[in-house]
Amino acid sequence: MLESFLQFTFSGLTVGAVYALVALGFTIIYNASDVVNFAQGEFVMIGGMSTVFLRQDGLPLAAAAALAIVLTTVIGILLDKLAIARAKRASVLSLVIITIGASIFLRGAAQLVFDKQLHRLPAFAGEDPLTLMGATILPQSLLVLAGAAAIFVGLWLFFNRSRTGKAVLATANNRLAARLVGVDTAFIMALSFGLSAAIGATAGVLITPLTLTSYDVGLMLALKGFAAAMLGGLGNPFGALVGGLAIGLIEAFGAGYVSSEYKDASAFLVILLILFLMPRGLFGKKTVERV
Amino acid sequence: MDRFLPSPTARILLALLAILALAPLVFPSTFYYRIFTLISINAIVVIGLVILLGYAGQISLGHAGFVGLGAYANAIGPTHLGLPPLLALVLGAALSAALAWLVGRPILKLRGLYLAVVTLGFGILVQMVLVNESWLTGGPDGMAVEDLGLVSLVKALGLKMKTAQVWYVFSGLMLLLAAWVALNLRDSPTGRALRSLHDSEVAARTVGINVARYKLIAFVLSAVFASVGGSLLALFNRFVTPDVAGFIHSVELVTMSVLGGAASVLGGIAGAALLTTLPQALTVFHDFETVILGLIMMGVAIFMPDGLLPNLANRAKRTRRTNR
Amino acid sequence: MTALLSVQSLGIRFGAVRAVNDVSFSAKPGEVLSIIGPNGAGKTTLFNMISGVYQPSQGRIRFDGADVTELLPHQLAERGLSRTFQNLQIFHQMTALENVMAGRHLMERRGILSDLFGLSTTRRHNRETKQAAEALLERVGLADIAHREAGGLSYGMLKRLEIARALACLPQLLLLDEPAAGCNPVETEEVEGLIAQIAHEGVGILLVEHDMKMVMRISSHIVVLDHGEKLAEGRPEEVRGNPRVLAAYLGVTEGEEETADALD
Repeated sequence: MLESFLQFTFSGLTVGAVYALVALGFTIIYNASDVVNFAQGEFVMIGGMSTVFLRQDGLPLAAAAALAIVLTTVIGILLDKLAIARAKRASVLSLVIITIGASIFLRGAAQLVFDKQLHRLPAFAGEDPLTLMGATILPQSLLVLAGAAAIFVGLWLFFNRSRTGKAVLATANNRLAARLVGVDTAFIMALSFGLSAAIGATAGVLITPLTLTSYDVGLMLALKGFAAAMLGGLGNPFGALVGGLAIGLIEAFGAGYVSSEYKDASAFLVILLILFLMPRGLFGKKTVERV
Repeated sequence: MDRFLPSPTARILLALLAILALAPLVFPSTFYYRIFTLISINAIVVIGLVILLGYAGQISLGHAGFVGLGAYANAIGPTHLGLPPLLALVLGAALSAALAWLVGRPILKLRGLYLAVVTLGFGILVQMVLVNESWLTGGPDGMAVEDLGLVSLVKALGLKMKTAQVWYVFSGLMLLLAAWVALNLRDSPTGRALRSLHDSEVAARTVGINVARYKLIAFVLSAVFASVGGSLLALFNRFVTPDVAGFIHSVELVTMSVLGGAASVLGGIAGAALLTTLPQALTVFHDFETVILGLIMMGVAIFMPDGLLPNLANRAKRTRRTNR
Repeated sequence: MTALLSVQSLGIRFGAVRAVNDVSFSAKPGEVLSIIGPNGAGKTTLFNMISGVYQPSQGRIRFDGADVTELLPHQLAERGLSRTFQNLQIFHQMTALENVMAGRHLMERRGILSDLFGLSTTRRHNRETKQAAEALLERVGLADIAHREAGGLSYGMLKRLEIARALACLPQLLLLDEPAAGCNPVETEEVEGLIAQIAHEGVGILLVEHDMKMVMRISSHIVVLDHGEKLAEGRPEEVRGNPRVLAAYLGVTEGEEETADALD
């Protein structure tokens, strides 16, 4: 009883950490540009898939992972420079279409460049599970949690301590004012996309030893990342963390106690419930429409 | 003078009718009847999206979910419940409308992007149910669909037509009906309300338009179009698989509507025609389908937000002006 | 005569900023009440609260005998309150005529089925709405461009188009936010005549306008805002001579003589 409860908690927190990172990626881009990036899940997919294939080409795991993250970052920046930044004065509608288009494009490209098979990576720190009160936890799960924690702390420091990070926050608050005081908003946009892509790719590298990856995993990750971001309150990084872990736990317990076939449906049900009951999420702020 | 010219709506419908009537003269084989039937059915779904996207400016990323509901209504209804196909079609549309209303009512009070996210999840959920509940749906392999009985009806009337031709005529007539309804709507009190909230929600509110209510009307209408299209697709193919409700199909539908020009019925039909024939013409490139779809979506949204038809029309106008 | 609109200690804050604070006044039918003040004084914010776009954080709004503080814009429109916008809010993909036709929304009986199948009810409504809209375009001097797409019209034309659209709702109270901005002198004169005429027909008008000559000529009553608070109110000649008003406008100390010109 307790064992299975603990087991579900561990697996929920592990996938939840990945959802939190996807939600964090959304949040960074949303704050910098009001764009909801539907291609966020593809960054995770590309991170995982590139690592798999670079390793097959003979690179050591660490080098393959590093190169995969760099590659994904470049793709993120290109997405901004080639698509988002070009659609000036685009409506919310056009931006949704552009990022969905990007998502589909990256998925199709991955299918061509890589393949349509399922892939996995070896665990970074061995496959022997640790036992805790009857439940087992893989060292890789601990790595995922530690990696997510490190990213959140690192970003907190970046946004609150560094000059560039503060400029990003200022842009998030008021783009026009930021531009007037000399913040290069085009640079901030590219930075946000690059950062989000890097975070997504890191999540992809960390989770692939546990959950397998293939060219089409991005969409589901994006949906769950959304659910996490909305649960936490769109635009709030702390909310993304809490929301991600919560979605992971809901999914793990739903799969364990209710139905594993519909485990992917829980994210959608959470989205619906949040929007029905508290559209601002747990930590969201009220926005005022300007006329 | 004006009196002798038919109204714009009538002109568009006449043009469509002419195309449908004359096209078979140049068909090299029966296969083309099939392609045109697919175009007509897709166009019916896309016209629904034109109402949602083009008129009201709201986006759905899960419309294939409603297509799937309509399609499976016509698979499940007759097979499991013994319903006549036409009744199954109507019930499927009613179910889609009810679901769209239930989901849309709370969501459409919020900002537009929430509908995108929720419909994305909705489509995935519908497909998930269709795959998992195999006792009812046949699971991933899909299920057979009972005959609508069109061909025997035509035979009973004493006409000699091939199945493909019968469907060509039937789907063409259904397309004309869908186009007629959407064009009527455009120039009606409801249509004006939808188109005004597309351009400025604030101004729409201040002239008394209940914005959330009209978005809901557009969403429910578009779900009905999608469901009817789905039923027709199932009846035409005589077979359904869960892919009909899949995300890629949803994206195809959105791409069709923005490609031709989401704001116009004619643009929607053009988009449906282009994207339906493209895979047929380029069968070799089947593997590139998603890449191409993605490129089209990004390209249209970035370079010609009004879509292909309005963009070409503007360009033609400009050239004429410079030539003068 | 009883007040058509009365605003009691209205206020709103955005975060820590009090954009409008404790403003009260009332407006009568058939009169032009102008709200003036320097940029950022809170005039448009006040309009947004009265028309239901913003929810005030304090105070009440009464309109036509009822408390309407919590009503939404479309509910206020149903009660006879309509407005124009400082930063234009045009239905730019529709023709000028269709913009005004959309303004008649509340006068049309809306049946979805009739609209979908083009039944006679819809056709009759379309005809009536079109006639009414044409008359309104004629009235604001835009009859020539009725069938042009609104997105391609000049700023001055769009300002008048917004007035026509607002009039299409048959308002009891009309809020005009800088109707003469971007208009040339001839157009400004036309707009002024139009406003006087609308008021003469018994519609109450709330006006925000930077053209002080026009404000002084046309207003029955003026409310002066500064930093979100009511600085003064009264008839135009009273306000014109008020030293605090002059100081707020030009940032000069009271008593300096040459400043009187600024409000002329």
